[in-house]
Amino acid sequence: MGEHLALEVSGLTKVYGRGHTEVVAMRDASMRVRRGETVALLGPSGAGKSTFLLCVGLINPPTRGTVAIGGWPMQDGPRSLGDLRRFRREHIGLVFQKSNLIPFLNAVENVQVVGELVGRPPSVARRRAMELLHALGVGPRALNMPTQLSGGEQQRVTVARALANQPSLILADEPTAALDSKRGRQVMALFRDVAHEHGTGVIVVTHDHRALDVFDTVYEMEDGVLRLATRAVIDAAVGQVRAR
Amino acid sequence: MNLAVRDIRHSLGRFVLTTIGVGMLLMVVMGMGGIYRGLVDDALVVTRGVGADLWVVQRDTRGPFAEVSRLPRSLVDRVAAVPGVTDAREFVFHTIQREHRGKPLRMGVLGLGWPTDKGEGLPLVAGRPLAQNHFEVIADESLGLALGERLRLGKDTYTVVGLTRWLVASGGDGIACFTSRDAQAIQFDEPGESIRLERQARRARAGGIDFGRTQPGVLERASGPSGAVAALPGPAVSAVIARVLPGAKAGAAQRAMSGWGDVTAYTGAEQEELLLKGSVDRARRQILLFRVLLTIISAVIMALIIYTLTLDKLHPIALLKLIGAPNRTIVGLILQQSLIMGAIAYGVGFALGTRLFPLFPRRVLVTNDDLLRLAGIVLLISVVASLLGIWKAMRVAPNEAIG
Repeated sequence: MGEHLALEVSGLTKVYGRGHTEVVAMRDASMRVRRGETVALLGPSGAGKSTFLLCVGLINPPTRGTVAIGGWPMQDGPRSLGDLRRFRREHIGLVFQKSNLIPFLNAVENVQVVGELVGRPPSVARRRAMELLHALGVGPRALNMPTQLSGGEQQRVTVARALANQPSLILADEPTAALDSKRGRQVMALFRDVAHEHGTGVIVVTHDHRALDVFDTVYEMEDGVLRLATRAVIDAAVGQVRAR
Repeated sequence: MNLAVRDIRHSLGRFVLTTIGVGMLLMVVMGMGGIYRGLVDDALVVTRGVGADLWVVQRDTRGPFAEVSRLPRSLVDRVAAVPGVTDAREFVFHTIQREHRGKPLRMGVLGLGWPTDKGEGLPLVAGRPLAQNHFEVIADESLGLALGERLRLGKDTYTVVGLTRWLVASGGDGIACFTSRDAQAIQFDEPGESIRLERQARRARAGGIDFGRTQPGVLERASGPSGAVAALPGPAVSAVIARVLPGAKAGAAQRAMSGWGDVTAYTGAEQEELLLKGSVDRARRQILLFRVLLTIISAVIMALIIYTLTLDKLHPIALLKLIGAPNRTIVGLILQQSLIMGAIAYGVGFALGTRLFPLFPRRVLVTNDDLLRLAGIVLLISVVASLLGIWKAMRVAPNEAIG
């Protein structure tokens, strides 16, 4: 069963602080994402969505609970930070709210660097980076520095970077926040295509309810508690969009 | 892809300016080493140029470069008679400061043992060796004299017939080479009035005793030239230098002279050691300490620069960690930048130094060994300087990129 799962999270809990300063940011979260499945994660600000992504993305260790990515349990045996980092660069693609590009690399180099980090020859990594940039509509801006790109263009480069290592799991925190609706939908569609073509699991935290139909599964999170969204919640969210 | 080069390219102006600054600092380090070498070389240029196996000086003195040494000219013959000695010459050396063309002219006066030594062994760059016993001089070009120029010293006028390069005394003054007689004439030159007064005084002293009063010839001789008075010594020489037979040991001749109560004999190596440990040693140690301090300051400045450059990159470093870059990539980024900065700064220091050092009033002698040693030090400084930045970078958490 495990080998068919891109992600399996069980009883994930994250507590910040101790004693009277203790804050439970996430409580007993469990989730299963199949290979090729796209998951949307809804919820208000401060609900614990980013904490969930940080734990699943091996950036912030959970206080309790287990994470298995691609069938590999992350809590099994002693794993150094270096091991986690290597696993992250080989198996996880990350997209965050802020575009987060390396300022001294141009657009194509920002994508290419990921390919080189996983051991691809520079020419191969560059070709792959150019393909992704063209697919996301920023090919003509490949040689521009981040400061020369608009917010939307920067975000698309970040998406291209997340896809560059052909990850088994993509974690995206509001990737379309800086994009117009057309581009936002294109990005979501791209995630879906990547998921279906390469068997990648995709989790997207989003407030953009216009593209919910792209996702196979929708979760919601509130006060640190993660649960599958009911049809009513989804319809309400989509309805809100239509009503606007 | 080389991240260090990409980062440098991104902030090229700041990197170039910083590197030029570090380069100028390294040029000063290089220059201090060069001044040190120049000082030592200048101090030894005369002793090595003379090529003496033995230096015979006034008893219990350290030789003509350390203190006043006065010996009778006749000692030359005594030294020449020692078994194993092939030739012995007078050595006259002193420093004078006169006025020439309305400017002060300070020079070391070196007496050559005419006719044995006409200056053929000097590092001539123009003109010729001495061709006559009097009134010719071979001058170092640092004195600013031209070939054929006439120079008034004391009562005589000397013509510059040859020019040398880097023939300077340990104090940095250019050396002018005369015959030893001319050198002594310059050293013991007295104004006419002084000579007249001295003769008058001698006449008065001789007239005050019975011998002088009863012997008019004595009175006349006493008031004549001092050279004609047997009781008065002739002009002294600073030292007598000698060469020994090829294959013979200077030590044997030195031992033979050790029984003489009026002189001390040093081998050439001992004289060099006395020179370095005496007049040059304090300056040498001072420059060495200054050089060490400058090297430490360069290391501290480079470390701060690299640390500041790293602080500016903390967000990209966190981002690199976020996308899974291993520590060696981040260490490489900082270390390579430090090494590139060190290497370029070294080149800048060398390029500037080779253009500026020849303009210095004293010789700055930068040897290949010193350049190699400094390159090693710069390499070490670059590595050490990057450690602080690396330490800071290692403490950055990946989630700082998304905070």
